Amino acid sequence: MNTFHFALRLLRRDWRAGELRLLAIALLIAVASVTSVGFFTDRIERAMARQASEVLAADLRIESNQPLPELLLEEAQRGQLQYAKTLSFPSVILHNEQTQLVQVKAVSPGYPLRGQMRVRDRVNGADRVTMELPASGEVWLEERLLPLLDTAIGDSIKLGKRSFRVSRIISYEPDRSANLFRLAPRLLVPIGDIDETGLLGPASRVRHYLLLAGSPMQMDDYRAWVDRLDISGIEVEDIRSARPELRSALDQGGRFLRLAAATAILLCMVAVALSSRRFVERQSDSSALLRCLGASRQQVIQIFTLRLMGLGLIASLIGVLLGLGVQSLLINLIGHWFTNQIPSPTAWPLLSGLVTGILVLIGFSLPSIIRLGKVSPLRVFRRHLDAPPISYLLSVAAALLSLSVLLIWQIGDDKLALRLISGLLAGLVILLLISRLLVYLLAPLRNLTSGSWRYGLASLSRNPATTSIQLTGFGLGFTVLLLLAIVRVDLLASWQGTLPDDSPNQFLINIQPQEVDGVDALLAQGGITTNGLFPMIRGRLISIDGNRVSSDSYDNPRAQRLATRDFNISHASQPQTDNKIVSGNWWSESQLQQPWFSVEQGLAETLGIPLGAELEFEIAGSRIKGRVENLRSVEWDSFNVNFFVIGTPGLLGSRPATYITSFYLPDEKRSLLHSLIQRYPSITALDVTALMTQVRAIMDRGALAVESVFIFTLAAGLILLYAGIQASHELKVQETAVLRTLGVKRTTLLLSTLLEFALLGGLAGLVSAALASAISYSLAQTVFNLPWQLDLSMWFSALAGGALCVSIAGTLASRPLLNTPPLVTMRKV
Amino acid sequence: MLQPSSNQHPVTARGLVKFVETAAGRIDILHRIDLKVSPGEAVAILGASGSGKSTLLGLLAGLDQASSGEVRLFGTSLNQLDEDGRAALRAGKVGFVFQSFQLLSGMTALENVMLPLELAGEGKPEEAAKAALSAAGLSQRLDHYPSQLSGGEQQRVALARAFAPDPKVLFADEPTANLDAHTGERVADLLFSLREQSDTILILVTHDEMLARRCDRRLYLRDGVLENGA
Repeated sequence: MNTFHFALRLLRRDWRAGELRLLAIALLIAVASVTSVGFFTDRIERAMARQASEVLAADLRIESNQPLPELLLEEAQRGQLQYAKTLSFPSVILHNEQTQLVQVKAVSPGYPLRGQMRVRDRVNGADRVTMELPASGEVWLEERLLPLLDTAIGDSIKLGKRSFRVSRIISYEPDRSANLFRLAPRLLVPIGDIDETGLLGPASRVRHYLLLAGSPMQMDDYRAWVDRLDISGIEVEDIRSARPELRSALDQGGRFLRLAAATAILLCMVAVALSSRRFVERQSDSSALLRCLGASRQQVIQIFTLRLMGLGLIASLIGVLLGLGVQSLLINLIGHWFTNQIPSPTAWPLLSGLVTGILVLIGFSLPSIIRLGKVSPLRVFRRHLDAPPISYLLSVAAALLSLSVLLIWQIGDDKLALRLISGLLAGLVILLLISRLLVYLLAPLRNLTSGSWRYGLASLSRNPATTSIQLTGFGLGFTVLLLLAIVRVDLLASWQGTLPDDSPNQFLINIQPQEVDGVDALLAQGGITTNGLFPMIRGRLISIDGNRVSSDSYDNPRAQRLATRDFNISHASQPQTDNKIVSGNWWSESQLQQPWFSVEQGLAETLGIPLGAELEFEIAGSRIKGRVENLRSVEWDSFNVNFFVIGTPGLLGSRPATYITSFYLPDEKRSLLHSLIQRYPSITALDVTALMTQVRAIMDRGALAVESVFIFTLAAGLILLYAGIQASHELKVQETAVLRTLGVKRTTLLLSTLLEFALLGGLAGLVSAALASAISYSLAQTVFNLPWQLDLSMWFSALAGGALCVSIAGTLASRPLLNTPPLVTMRKV
Repeated sequence: MLQPSSNQHPVTARGLVKFVETAAGRIDILHRIDLKVSPGEAVAILGASGSGKSTLLGLLAGLDQASSGEVRLFGTSLNQLDEDGRAALRAGKVGFVFQSFQLLSGMTALENVMLPLELAGEGKPEEAAKAALSAAGLSQRLDHYPSQLSGGEQQRVALARAFAPDPKVLFADEPTANLDAHTGERVADLLFSLREQSDTILILVTHDEMLARRCDRRLYLRDGVLENGA
């Protein structure tokens, strides 16, 4: 027999007969959910990343303090990437005998590759987007330079040997924020005019930048090529390495979106497992007959596996097409929120959907199919001979393997995936135990009740296997739905809380010690509140526990960069309010003179600094040693002043320092900033309003994406509900027919069905609330770094929601049985 | 290859015993059954409900294993074969007719009849199946699903399925028990007519004396013991 052709013929017949329809629909929705979430998140993530890449003005930025090797540009041209060159260096400009330190930025045509420049044509004029750049002989200035130099639009200033006309005021440049604290007031000049200034010599402190943009694939290829070359002295930055606060928002959003996709898979896995179980029950007769007619066990397994795989492939293909359509609708709905065009879909989610469909079938259907091969041919005489249960180990191993592969792959975060898997496994065991306990407790209870209660309880305790499976299925489904709901609410609240309206939008740096009191007083007079003025000391890390720190000590590019850069270090008696000590202890009043450091957790991980390590810094030519007394987590996205390393006042208090502060400056008080700069010209004021708007926009769109993705998970939950209800359908058909034949009233049966499913749903809801709370606590603490609190209202909602949803769905599904004459039902049995 | 004795007695049972162990103790179903069936012979096994008729049929067809004793089918001892081996021995050579028809509900009459032909590797299963259904008087019902057929028609489809691969042995388990007297008689007529045309051995389990009388030999199973056997 040609098993393949035979199986295909059977599949055609199955499809016609609707035998595999439930499983196919479960799989189709699973794949559609995964694919649409995949397509959607892929496109949104790329759009978010592209939007976020504005902070680099490019997708990728290569920088060096030496002229960049020409081959970098040649390769970009060969790969048809967009590119622009920029130079950045400090210099002094001259106007009417006044000089002012500026940070010159020379740009080539094409700049910026991502994002847009905004300019003003006059002071207090409206700012507007511009696609232009300064023409040859012109410069654009930052607004704060005008009062400092007492100059105006149209005036001439001198930069090096060449004069330039001031033609515009820069109100926003996309990559301005990338090196927040290294910037003096900005001056933008065409790169072609730089040679004539005569400012660049071999010893100039100039940074050379090559900005690149292209499709993600082009950028990945280029990045891989650059990494392979391993050119010394260059730094390659993409959005994820550009800004910690943006990286944090993006990472959290991305993690959540992937978690949402994974939960959709999980729900569908349970739905497929339940549908497969029902399929096996319904196909046991076919299997017995095939065995009776001479098919070997292997042939039976092959026939059913091929049928199932064929079905899986068809359902998955339809699912990916459906997913493609749905994501397109969603993108149309929210696409206008993005300033950039949403990138086109890639083929990856399509492939991912297909593979997901097949993996779900292998993990959650194949073990059931193996059961079909074990059906005794004697079943043709004795229908009670069910397919023997398969090895528990095999089914658990197959499900676990499939689950692990899919979750780790989809979530892309081993830690998160493993936590989720272990939480769900623990949940599975608890749900199974509770369902067994329920059946055990219900058995005596049914004798104490009567009427609908008695039938409802009897139905649950009579079929312990089905009850366990339903309770476990519903419980797992509710758990992931609740989990996602909790994390979603926490995440959105956290994002909104991260950047309240009065978040600092101004930084003052380079405040001299003697200016601290004056600045503080001036701000206070203006009604401005700060978190304080913090000392800032520049220092370079020399050694950790006596081992010299150099870029060669690390493989990680970030670590290499950090190892060669000066840090901003501070000293403090108290930790910042948004800092949390994660290990060790903050110093007490009596310990302020101890030679101790507090290190930011991420930096400690990157550079391999353990608690208790001895650090040596070089500060202004002298070396200081101290022990790491504690590690801190820092909310970088709070826009408060924060430091990677803080020392005790006793250790660093005597070192030369400048001061820094941040505060919220409302628009109507901007004149205060002008007076402050005029009174203290050495202070540099940095306006991060535009950057904050940018971060807020990313978070808002991320929140919208999160809400949209949640809808898919809910849809998957509904399918699971249907599959769960169907799990006991065959038993219900028989029982209902018998009970009605024996004269039990329709209303009694209807009420008993309602009670049975309400009990099942309520219990599943309650257990899942406990599980979801436990898992969300673990995720909040370790993965999302979100605050967590026990939400008792969620427990009540889960209890009531579970009882309500399952009882309504179960009763609706059972209604046709109650409306069909028992004789008709009995004939079908 | 068939052994010489198989030509004389394609189905034999020697000292066949079947019992099951339950929580309440051992239940004996069959006691030392001996049986030899000659080529072309029709044997009826009669007995009350629960006497072990279907168990005996299952053992003779290799669907179940005896607790002790031996069944030889076409000269091959079923004791020497595993379940797959016994299935391979049945393929195309053994037909079944069941009390509850055992038609696959998702398949049409034609597809149900094609099933054993496809499993036996028949080259043109559709043609052979159509011929079998035509012989059963169902050429107008090829594309009907079991639910669209009457009980009698369903059993005729089952007979067409059983005879389509031209089996050497046909095992029939109460083939008329689910039918009314008139329909049962017509199905029985068809069964014996098809058997005569193909010269197939028939081993029929029934509690219907009238049906049993149409067989060459009648055996009685009482309390697990076969009487008038061998």
